[in-house]
Amino acid sequence: MKARVDITLKNGVLDPQGKAIEHALGALGFGGINGVRQGKVIELDLAETDPAKAEATLKEMCEKLLANTVIENYSIEVLG
Amino acid sequence: MKSAVIVFPGSNCDRDLAVGLERASGKAAQMVWHKEAALPEGLDVVALPGGFSFGDYLRCGAIAARMPIMKAVVDFANKGGHVIGVCNGFQVLIESGLLPGALMRNSGIKFVCKDVELVTATANSPFTNTLQKGQRLTVPVAHHDGNYIADSDLLFKLQSEDRIAFRYANNPNGSVDDIAGILSENRRVLGMMPHPERLNDPALGGNDGSHIFESLVKGLMAPA
Repeated sequence: MKARVDITLKNGVLDPQGKAIEHALGALGFGGINGVRQGKVIELDLAETDPAKAEATLKEMCEKLLANTVIENYSIEVLG
Repeated sequence: MKSAVIVFPGSNCDRDLAVGLERASGKAAQMVWHKEAALPEGLDVVALPGGFSFGDYLRCGAIAARMPIMKAVVDFANKGGHVIGVCNGFQVLIESGLLPGALMRNSGIKFVCKDVELVTATANSPFTNTLQKGQRLTVPVAHHDGNYIADSDLLFKLQSEDRIAFRYANNPNGSVDDIAGILSENRRVLGMMPHPERLNDPALGGNDGSHIFESLVKGLMAPA
């Protein structure tokens, strides 16, 4: 079963990389950008076939390793 | 003083750190591979070196902090052992939960590699007891993710408990309150971004870094 984890910075945490992207887009002539935040996507292929169990395991993975919950939020999507 | 340096794949300051510990204590540091599940017996100090453990994948220090040896290091610290983490070692300490807060990408985006001036923020620690509060040291920094962040509650706690060990005289990375290094609640765990082990020999341009290793030796020799 495939799953996808999105990790994003919490609100209020300064994101220098997002800022750099915002400036670069501005330099390319893209106007009207109110903000850019950079995150990451982790795609997993799991042997588990029960979506609820998969989600519980993914949550544990996020808490233990995939996200730094001091500064990051995560969201889990079980794709089936 | 018996010390050990933990070595991860991608560590690159492990030998310099061992030299720093050995010069101050007169005893060779033991090198411990990250896959070990236990530390050598009878250690006084565990040191986590700088470098790019596991290629900085996922987050700096994140993977190293989950390696088998780190369980032993956390136990060692929780039992009152002394631990110093420099640069990537500081990132590993934060990822392992031994120190609070987070280290983010430098505010200026660039990797910063230069000598910086540090201001000793407290002399009340086993790592700074040969220094005076306010004493300035020149120590190199070399990092991409050294921008220390803490929410206002944590920052207040660090300040009011006198747990900021060093501040930058001229902030190179955007760290809150110019923080360059912090102490644990029991003051026996120090994490710092600047590299004392890299300026520890007059032949290399200075030895301000030696104060930290000498403080450790002095602190550990003192009667409990």
